[in-house]
Amino acid sequence: MRPGGDTLALAGLGLGVALVPLGVTSQYHLSIGVFIGIHAIVTIGLCLVMGYAGQISLGHAAFYGLGAYASGLLTTKLGANPWAAMAGAMALTAGVAYALGRPILRLRGHYLAMATLAFGIIAYLAFVEFKELTGGPSGLAGIPRLRVGGFVFDTDRKFFYLTWGGVIAVVALSLNIVNSRVGRALRAIHGSEVAAETLGVDTAAYKLRVFTLSAVYAALAGSLYAHYLSFVSPPTFGFIASVEFVVMAAVGGLASVWGAPFGAATVTLLTEVIRDVMPRLLAYASGEHEVIAYGLLLILIMIFVPEGLTVGGLRALRRLGRAGRRVPAAP
Amino acid sequence: MVGPEQLLQLVLVGLTQGAIYALIALGFVTIYNVTGVINFAQGEFAMLGAMLMVSLAPLGLPTPAAFFLAVAGVVVVGGGVERLAIHPARRASVVTLIIITIGADIVLRGLALLAWGTDPLPLAPFSAGPPLTFGGAFITRQALWILGTTAVTLAALYAFFEYTYPGKIVRACAINRLAARLSGISPERMSLLAFCLAAALGGVGGVVIAPLTLVSYDMGLYLGLRGFVAAVMGGLVSAPGAVAGALLLGILEALVAGIWKAAYKEAAAFLVLFVILLLRPQGLFTRAVARQAGL
Repeated sequence: MRPGGDTLALAGLGLGVALVPLGVTSQYHLSIGVFIGIHAIVTIGLCLVMGYAGQISLGHAAFYGLGAYASGLLTTKLGANPWAAMAGAMALTAGVAYALGRPILRLRGHYLAMATLAFGIIAYLAFVEFKELTGGPSGLAGIPRLRVGGFVFDTDRKFFYLTWGGVIAVVALSLNIVNSRVGRALRAIHGSEVAAETLGVDTAAYKLRVFTLSAVYAALAGSLYAHYLSFVSPPTFGFIASVEFVVMAAVGGLASVWGAPFGAATVTLLTEVIRDVMPRLLAYASGEHEVIAYGLLLILIMIFVPEGLTVGGLRALRRLGRAGRRVPAAP
Repeated sequence: MVGPEQLLQLVLVGLTQGAIYALIALGFVTIYNVTGVINFAQGEFAMLGAMLMVSLAPLGLPTPAAFFLAVAGVVVVGGGVERLAIHPARRASVVTLIIITIGADIVLRGLALLAWGTDPLPLAPFSAGPPLTFGGAFITRQALWILGTTAVTLAALYAFFEYTYPGKIVRACAINRLAARLSGISPERMSLLAFCLAAALGGVGGVVIAPLTLVSYDMGLYLGLRGFVAAVMGGLVSAPGAVAGALLLGILEALVAGIWKAAYKEAAAFLVLFVILLLRPQGLFTRAVARQAGL
């Protein structure tokens, strides 16, 4: 992707973000928009890890949860400023991800998937079990809202702008990375780790950096989540949540930073729609049955458009365009 | 303090649980060796085995007949998963295939929820009667069934791999996929066989554990993750390693739950996985040299 095109696309995204709350006024729809933004931030990081470094993380919900709980605990127990708590949560998560990734990413193969899986479940159990600190299964409430002077981010509309401002910043930062020396090194690692190493790329160091960065994104998203809902509880950060983030990244497309917001939007909206429609189609179906459609969708996308909906869609458009141009030329 | 009899009791409970983990772990190892894919739907095979057994129970079939029908049903599902989800994407990267197995896991769990509902279902033990005493500790009759079935299954599996032609082909495929292909072995058929075999192993595990716990649609994730931990403990490529890892894991969980706190059981399993990945990623029992990156 050309840097010029990216700048244009970023401007388009900014314009879209500015306009959406003018057209959408329902609190419910705006809150879905906020969640799409929060999910997109996690998914962009995951795209960098999976699409550019070729490693699966099955524990990103743990970093998301770490960000949310750290932000919540720093503000409610220590009375920290919410912005400082957000920065603290990101720094803490960066440290944890670095310590976790350092030994693991030296190994080749699916070790990161296994280690992050274990880490994710341990983190989830810690959220449930350390009741004095986290409130256990009943959760942690009373997390203060973010504010700048007298301006409080207390409505869905204000938080929508804040979250999507965050998404744009994260996309811009990620595009910069992808289009730099680091991005080329990461793509080389994805292509062939051995070849990249032969060319002098320190594969382990690059993988570790991108993994840590993706964890920081997840922590930022978690912190936004905590300050948006003022309440966090363990189920949001379990194994299933980690899988959902992988699905979002895969649906959007692993080979592009732009895929992540689309993947997050598709999956988040689809979950809402299925939850709404399923019980009407099948009398005895509850909202829980949404998972079937969810799993089927994941399989179908991986079989037919393994590069994700964004890249696959663009390719289909281009093919259509070529076919359209060819038609008038035919005798 | 824990007395020797109590300790023996905990070890027996752990071995029973570990035997189930072993069957599931062997499924992971079989599929990983043949295809390089970590099959996250593995635990659902056990869940389906248990569910089918519960559904067949009211028909009044003799236990062995119900047993084979349930396992056969799971094998059909396992083959179906391979044909419908893995086979069409066989040229995709391993990462893609792993994501597909996650999708298959979600679909199977969802279908079970649709078919059997959310209420946990009970199943009577294979043979009625009070628990037996063994060196001052109690062992239920179902636990004996579990240990016996696992032992027979492992022996059958060993015989299959060592003495039958299809077994030898699977082993050839596991040792070197490219060389096997050059000798005329179809990796696609081996992939189907591996999934059927893994489904059978999971199904057997599910069927025998059904009377011990209540059967519910979401038990697969729990069992699958345990089997996965056990397989990693054994280095992910070694069948004996996976069995040893599974028994160790079962005993460890029973000890943690019995001596310390039941809630820490789960954390213990994943802490073990974590520590092993950090310190001995090649598994507890294999030498580092023995492990080769796949083709």
